[in-house]
Formats: sequence, structure tokens, C-alpha cells
Amino acid sequence: MSYQGKKNIPKITSDRLLIKGGRIVNDDQSFQADIYMEDGVIKQIGDNLIVPGGVKTIEANGKMVIPGGIDIHTHFQMPYRGTTTVDDFAQGSKAALAGGTTMIVDHVIPEPGTSLMEAFDQWRQWADEKSCCDYSLHVDITHWNDSVKQEVDNLIKEKGVNSFHVYMAYKDYYQMNNSELYEIFTFLAERGGIAQVHAENGEIIAEEQARMLQMGITGPEGHVLSRPEEVEAEAVFRAVTIASQTNCPLYVTRVMSKSAADIISQARKKGNVVFGEPITASLGTDGTHYWSKNWAKAASFVTSPPLSPDPTTPDYLNTLLSSGDLSVTGSAHCTFSVAQKAIGKDDFTQIPEGVNGVEERMTLIWDKAVTTGKMDENMFVAVTSTNAAKILNLYPRKGRIAVGSDADLVIWDTDSVSTITAKTHNSAAEYNVFEGMELRGAPTVVICQGKIVLEDGKLHVTSGVGRFIPCSSFPDFAYKRIKARKQLAVLRAVPRGMYDGPVSEFSMSRGGTPSASARSSPTKQPVRNLHQSGFTLSGPPTPDDLPARPPGRRIVVPPGGRSNITSLS
Amino acid sequence: MSGYQGKKNIPRITSDRLLIKGAKIVNDDQSFMADIYMEDGVIKQIGDNLIVPGGVKIIEAHGRMVMPGGIDVHTRFQMPDRGMVAADDFYQGTRAALAGGTTMIVDHVVPEPGVSLVGAFKLWREWADSKSCCDYSLHVDITEWNKGTQEEMESLVKDHGVNSFLVYLAYKDVFQLSDSQIYEVFSVIRDLGAIAQVHAENGDIIAEEQRRILELGITGPEGHVLSRPEEVEAEAVNRSITIANQTNCPLYITKVMSKSAADVIALARKRGAVVYGEPISASLGTDGTHYWSKNWAKAAAFVTSPPLSPDPTTPDYLNSLLSCGDLQVAGSAHCTFQTSQRAVGKDNFTLIPEGTNGTEERMSIIWDKCVVTGKMDENQFVSVTSTNAAKIFNLYPRKGRIAVGSDADLVLWDPDVTKIISAKNHNLAVEYNIFEGMEVRGGPLVVISQGKVVLEEGNLHTTEGCGRFVSRKPFPDHVYKRIKARSRLTELRGVPRGQYDGPVCEVAVTPKVMSTVSSGNVSPTKQQQQSSTHQPVRNLHQSGFSLSGAQVDDNIPRRNTQRIVAPPGGKANITSLG
Repeated sequence: MSYQGKKNIPKITSDRLLIKGGRIVNDDQSFQADIYMEDGVIKQIGDNLIVPGGVKTIEANGKMVIPGGIDIHTHFQMPYRGTTTVDDFAQGSKAALAGGTTMIVDHVIPEPGTSLMEAFDQWRQWADEKSCCDYSLHVDITHWNDSVKQEVDNLIKEKGVNSFHVYMAYKDYYQMNNSELYEIFTFLAERGGIAQVHAENGEIIAEEQARMLQMGITGPEGHVLSRPEEVEAEAVFRAVTIASQTNCPLYVTRVMSKSAADIISQARKKGNVVFGEPITASLGTDGTHYWSKNWAKAASFVTSPPLSPDPTTPDYLNTLLSSGDLSVTGSAHCTFSVAQKAIGKDDFTQIPEGVNGVEERMTLIWDKAVTTGKMDENMFVAVTSTNAAKILNLYPRKGRIAVGSDADLVIWDTDSVSTITAKTHNSAAEYNVFEGMELRGAPTVVICQGKIVLEDGKLHVTSGVGRFIPCSSFPDFAYKRIKARKQLAVLRAVPRGMYDGPVSEFSMSRGGTPSASARSSPTKQPVRNLHQSGFTLSGPPTPDDLPARPPGRRIVVPPGGRSNITSLS
Repeated sequence: MSGYQGKKNIPRITSDRLLIKGAKIVNDDQSFMADIYMEDGVIKQIGDNLIVPGGVKIIEAHGRMVMPGGIDVHTRFQMPDRGMVAADDFYQGTRAALAGGTTMIVDHVVPEPGVSLVGAFKLWREWADSKSCCDYSLHVDITEWNKGTQEEMESLVKDHGVNSFLVYLAYKDVFQLSDSQIYEVFSVIRDLGAIAQVHAENGDIIAEEQRRILELGITGPEGHVLSRPEEVEAEAVNRSITIANQTNCPLYITKVMSKSAADVIALARKRGAVVYGEPISASLGTDGTHYWSKNWAKAAAFVTSPPLSPDPTTPDYLNSLLSCGDLQVAGSAHCTFQTSQRAVGKDNFTLIPEGTNGTEERMSIIWDKCVVTGKMDENQFVSVTSTNAAKIFNLYPRKGRIAVGSDADLVLWDPDVTKIISAKNHNLAVEYNIFEGMEVRGGPLVVISQGKVVLEEGNLHTTEGCGRFVSRKPFPDHVYKRIKARSRLTELRGVPRGQYDGPVCEVAVTPKVMSTVSSGNVSPTKQQQQSSTHQPVRNLHQSGFSLSGAQVDDNIPRRNTQRIVAPPGGKANITSLG
């Protein structure tokens, strides 16, 4: 941490920066090199770089230099029934930077019935004013009709949004039914977007919530009791099915339970394009705290899907994250004060949902996955940064240390040990769900947009410097495969002659049997190729010469020939 | 093979006293040699050297297997469909069943939405009573859900001997129920002690896919299978298992047609779910490649839902799972339509009436595919064709077992006979047989139903209308022993805490962003109950907020004396920390 050349150069020149003696860690390899950056961009990487004088130099002393973390899931400054989450974009992005995360992706949540575009502009305004680091935005689709469709189209084409989030929970509010999901996924697949889902079966939850309340269970334990992990796994399974039908890349936010994670890894083994996002909370703690006798503490853990009461869950999720079955990590950081949580003091269904995690994310994964030997430092970079950048189509601008990439870097100290507590954290919430946890690994220096924001344990953040980073559609990481499949999946009809046998009388009004579909398909008179007939007796048609069907049986006589036989002896 | 003991030329009427000599009796648990004597349709004696009245008809088994008559748990005889009726009525259908060694069928009552369940049930009873040649029972399909439905279900269980109800996850806008409705139906079914059956396919996805396929100009039977991929079946199976687990309701999946659906069931059973899977003759015997046949009528004959899988390895896989116990019961889902009836959908596959044959072929196909190949032994064969069905639907041991006191529904089985299945000689009213040309080993030599010989030397002697309705009681042990134990175990308790007395944030009354408003408008009944129970019951003598006194979870070492134990809400208004 000395200045090269002349001393006492004012701080302003720190947008020229040299890191010496660092070990660069990307998701594919680690190597020793110096990094020179200017105007927020990495200009040179190598040994013995020729750099201008007066450049601030940071001595890494062989420590790891990693791409800054990307927290792909935050809810800063989220409006909630007239109040707002306690961490706004300034507070939240500050906490992010303190933890080594140099970019966040927040969720825009339009009220059902309101314009997506207006909500997007509102979030942009909030974030532009306050964010201390670069950011992007996901947009949540909370209702669905043609005008929403148009807005989604515009957001993709003009506004730099490529990921849209839908809810399978929150019945009668945000929840989309299967048909709507199908339509949304189909549309996103056409336009090159990523479909994100909040996967929980809202209908079952609604029933279970009513049951819990009837039984007199009103505390936070009711939250987890009414949202068992099966209900999460069921929704994941359904989302995977619909995505696979529509050939749309799927991203499951907040993987909180073993069974949900299992469904994702199974689907990936079957070849589905699906990404799973465990969050800091599910990787670091569990749902046993819902039974705490301290109401405020129990309530601070309330999030959906809930933390699993099975204490072996975090370890399991860390393992799947290490093996690549789960792809990215977010924090789903969404914090409320105790007073806000207390809205639901007599009814757990009213407790505002969300936990902290943006600050703790990197350290927690390092401690749980790298120090335990589950993953190496390169995999660590992949799950905290690179994979997110790839999915969002920001790679290699973000998520990689390379010439031309943004100068968002972290010097990582593998040996530092810190204890997480609400006393010292950078969030405005009174509780920290990781309270008391002792974790190894932490950032010693954080560089964001080419500027040092964390050094010697001190944060130097500037509210409002964060830029909106537009994400373009058709990210290669997801869409190369999708495109190949699209070409493959062309369906063809069997060329047959027109059936000309007798036809029974029937009424179109329902008469008691499975043939439902009549109503669902008002379209299309079928097109027949009249030049071709499949009913000749000579020349057995291809699929019929299976060995099981001896030639010359009645099977090949013209259909309808014996239609009136009603009883055979 | 059969002669009369004592006096000759005794008229046929005495054949309700019957003796089978030298039989190898095969039950699901063991096989042993013995004679069987039956009278008035009931097995009276089993053993060697039985003392029986004179003039009894004797059947010499010569050491061949005698097994409980098959129970076909899933038929749809005489089923109405848009003004048409399935080609095989109760006479034709039960005749075919008996010809194949099945001595009892369980048919589905399909009430039109809007029609009374009990009314439909009585109609089906009438049809079956007048025509059925073998004993029968009835499942009732729940095609819509409202308050009246619940009362009718109660009446069916209590007064009419029904203990199984089927719900549809498919057939959008017609039969399909939503997840919430299914949750409620399952809760009712569990309280009544019945079995929940599901037709498992995601109707919403299917409706979308059908539209898409038709738009592509695909109108033939191949569109049927293209619009109903097996994933969609597996998804619905998974969902129904989830709901059944939540409601602690036993679940029975009808028509398991694909590998992935079977896998979901197998996995759920490993996790302890009370779930049963029913593959059918068609899924065990053939596959969905025929949907691409250039012969429209033939392709249409295979149309059923869920469709036969185009993956030709499916039958073998399902037979393996049936053999290892992951799937438990084989039905036929026999529901046949003539070509002219199928042709209703000649220009649009979504209009083709659905269903395949299989009641006659069921036993032989399973014998051929499973026993001959060494996947299962004869005892397991009895389990999956008869005993398990009897146990699940509470007919055991009256049906499904050869024992003193059981009904005299028996089959003398010949493992060596081979037969080529063909529409030419089947006992059905339809022109196509989906198993056409298949050579199967194993078949019934003699079939005895209600103590009377109905098949002998290849000749059927059936009597129209002699079939009795067999009523079934709720809470079958085979299913409900576990369910009952679980319902005792899953009593949930709230955490006793003091009343939260810290500051509370002011909010708009109507829940806005990120809240679970859901429970509000589930169903009118629930809503009332819910609002009335909204006031939590608190134990005011106990407070969790004292700083002194260790609390259960606060003596976790890492949490001592942290701010965490300070009274909640103490620092509620901090909005930014430096």
C-alpha cells in the first residue's frame, strides 16, 4: 500500500491502480501476475508491467486476487405494504462491498396490475441515486396479459433486462397458474430471456396456512410448518417440466431444501437447461431457529421458501454447489426491522419475509465450501461471480480478471477469521441470521470500478456511483443449447390419407369422458395431403411391418370396415 | 379333465358344488398342493382327502396351478362419451374379463360435471346389475368439487360401499380440479377412510401443447402423444404425491404409462409415502410407436391417456418395477371404442375418444412378460393381478385369496399354453386389438366365478346379470394402519411464547408486496373458521422475554449475551448504521 514514485499524490489518482504480486484466480485457472487498471477497466495483466508514474500500488504479497462477487439476488429498498426494507440501495450495496461483492442484481417487483416499465424506471431511479456499486435488474412478472407481454418485449429490447421472475406461490396475489407459466416461458424462450421462478406450490401453502392458524399456531414456526420442503420440491419439479416443454432456460431462485436441490440435479442429469441458486441463508444456517422462544429472533428467519428445519441441509447444499449441480449463489438479501416483522406478531402469514446475507455471502461460502475442501478457489470464483455473469450475459466484462474486463476485484485473505454479529455488520437490521458464526476467509481489499472501496478494514464507498449494467438477451451460456434443441425439436405429422370410413354421431357438449381438449383448441382446420393415401392394401406402410404384426391380418383392412359388430361369441 | 363323481348325468345345476382335485394352490404368500371344495360360491374346505357330498362335479387339476381369480381394478365398460357409449358394455366386458381369468372387475363411475355422484352411481349399478357376468365393484370419479360433493362422498362411503374416488389432474375445463380442490378432496377422502385415485397428467400444459400441435398442422393420432409427453405425466404424479403427503391421504395412481412416472412413484415409496401405482395391460404389453402408423384407424386404436410411451423399452421397465414391488397392481383401463367412434376425431386428435382394450389380455400378458422371463414368481403374479388389489380396496380375504370362507373365484392356470392375440378371436366388440399378433404364454384353462365353471375347454358359459355388486368398507387395513399411525404422530404444536410487546410498524390493511395473503380466499368455509380462530391463544403465565433464565435454544454457545437476547423491538427504528 505505498505510492509508486512521488509521494502524497491525492486520492483522486486512485483510478489508476496497480496490484503487484497477486495470484489471479479465475474460474478456470490461477496464476501469478500483476494487474494494472485505469478508468475502471483492467488494462494490463502480466509481469513487469510498464505503467505511468504516480500510480497507487497495492502489494498483494501473493494473496489471491479474485473477480469481485456478483450477488445475483437482492431486494434492497423493497416496498412492503407502505414501508420499505431497512437496507436501501446505499446501505445494501455498502454491505455488499464490505463482503467482497462488487455487483448486485436486484429484483423489480411491480404491484400486480401496474406497469412493468414504470416499476423498472422507479427501481432504476432509486438505485442510480444510491447504489455504491454496479447493478443490474431482474423484473418480476406479477400478472400476465398482452400488455405485460409487450412490456417484457420492450424491457428485453430497449432496457437491458434479460431475466424475468415468476411466482408459483403467493396465491391470489403474485401466483401464476400453469398455463400462464407456459405462456411466459414460451415467450421468454422466443425473446432470449431467462425464466426465474420462486418455486413453491402456493395452493397447498394456502391450505396449510389456514390449517395452522385453525390449530392455533400463529408464531413463526407456523411459517415453516405450512411450507414443508416437499411443497418447494413439487414446484421445482413442475417448473422444470414446463420449462422443458417450452424449451426455455430455467433459473430456480432460492434453493432452500435438499429435495428441491435434488430435483434440480436430477433435471440437469436428464439434460434440462436449469440453474439452481442457493442463497447465503440456506448455505449457512437452518430452520431450527423458527422454534426459538424469542419471537423477534424466530421472526428474523422468516423467508420463503423457509430455511429447512433439517440441520444437515446447509452441508448438503454446499456439496451440490461444489459439484456443479447448483450453479450460482445469491443472498436474497431482504431485511426488515423487528418492528416491521412484528406486523405478523399474531399471525405468521403477515410477517414480512426476507433474511440478510449480502455481506456474508462470499465469506460464508469460502468457510463452508473451500476450507472444508469441497471446492477449490476457482470453483469458488465460478459460483460467487463467473457463473452469474455468464447467465446474465455480462461475461467477460464481469466475472473475470482479464484485459478489458471491469476493474472489480477483491484481494482475498484466506486466513482471516471473523465472527458475524449484528453489532458490527453493515446492514441496518437488528438481527443477523448468522449471529455468532465464526468464519474463515475475508476480503482485505475491495476494488470497485477501479477504486479502492475497502482497505485496512475501512470502507470508502460513494453513494450513487453505481452504474446500471444492461444485460443483453440470448446469453450463450444458456442459449447455445436451447437453440440447438429448437432446431432438433421440429415436429412432423404423419402423412396419411383422409379417413373415409363411417363416423359415429356425437354431441360436442360433454358426455362424460376424457376428451376434454375440444374446448381448449378452437383453432385450425386440419390440412390434409390429398395426394397421398395410407390405406392401400399393397405395400405395408413402414411403421406397420413390426414383427409383432403378421402381415395379412385384419389389421390392414381399411378402417371402419367392420364397425358394427357389437357382440362376438 | 373333469368328470362327475358318483352318479353320472347329474344335471348342470349341481355345479355350484365343485371339487378341484390335485391342485397346486397359489396364493400371494405360498404355493401348496391340496384339493378345494366349494359350495354356494364359497370355498368350504381345503385339504387332502376331503369329505364331500356325492354328485359333486370334480375338476382334475393334475398338479396345475389354481390361483385366486384376477381382479381388474380399472375398467370403463359402457362408458358414455359425448352421446356415444364405449363399445364393450358390462356384458361384453365382463365376458372378456372371465375369458382371460379375471373374475372381478372394478369399474369407474364417471358423473358428468353437475350431475349428482349418487345418481351416477345408481345408474352404473343398474347397468352393471343387469349385465355383468362377474362380481364387480365401483370407483367413483370426482369431476367437480363443491360442498354437495362432500356430502355425496360421505353417503357413498357410508351407505353404498364405495371406498375409492378418482380425481383428474388433466382434462382442463372439464374434469380437472385445481391443486387447492385436490387438497380439499384428499382431506375429505382421508377423513372418510377411502383411497384417493388420480389420473395424473398436467392438464394445463396439455391444453397448451394441444393448441400448439394443432397449429403446426398435426391433426392425426401422433399429435395425441406429442401433446402429452411423459414428463407431463411424471409432473402430475409428483404433484399429487406431494398433496397426498401433505394431507396424509393414501394415494393410488391409475394408469402408470411411462418410466418417469413409475420412477417418481418408486422414489416416493422409498421416502415412505403411502402411494400405489397401477400400470395397465397396455403399458405393460405394448408401446406408443404405433401412433405413427400410417393406418389412421390403427393409430387411433392406441389413443388413451396418459398415452403409451413412444419409448419401446417402457413395457419391460414397468414389468420390472411391477415385479420388484415398486408398482403394486395391474389394471386394464379397458375402455374400447369402435373405429367409427374413434373417427369422430379424424380431423382433430383431441376429439378421438380415449381408451384401449386389455381386460381379457391382462393376466396372460403379465404372465408372459414377468413370470416366463423370471422377473416374478407365481406368488407375486397372484399379488399383482389379484391380492394387492383386494387388500388396497378392502376386499381381502374374501377376494384375492384361496382360503376357506373366501369367494369361489378361481382360475386353473396353464403356464404352457401359447396363444396369439388377435381381434379375430378376442371377446370384444371392437375391430382392433392393440396387442394384435402378440404371442403370449400362459392362460386360464378353467375359470370359476361365484363357484360356477364359466370357462372350460375353451368354451365360455357366462350368465348375463349374475354379477353381484361387492361393497367395500372404508379404512382398509393394508392402507390405513400406516395412515392412522402417522396422523397420531403429526400433531403439531405451537411454540409457547409470551406476547410480543415491542413496537409494531404501521402498515396498510390490505397486504401488499411480499406477503402471503393466500389463505384468505381459499374456500368460503375456511375463511370463516379462519377469521374466528385468528385470535391466538397465548399462555400469559409464560414469557420468553426475560433476560434471566436460560432458554431452550439460547444456550447454544455462540449466542450468549449477544444483542440477540435483548428485548425484541428495542432498536426498531434504526434505519442506517454507519
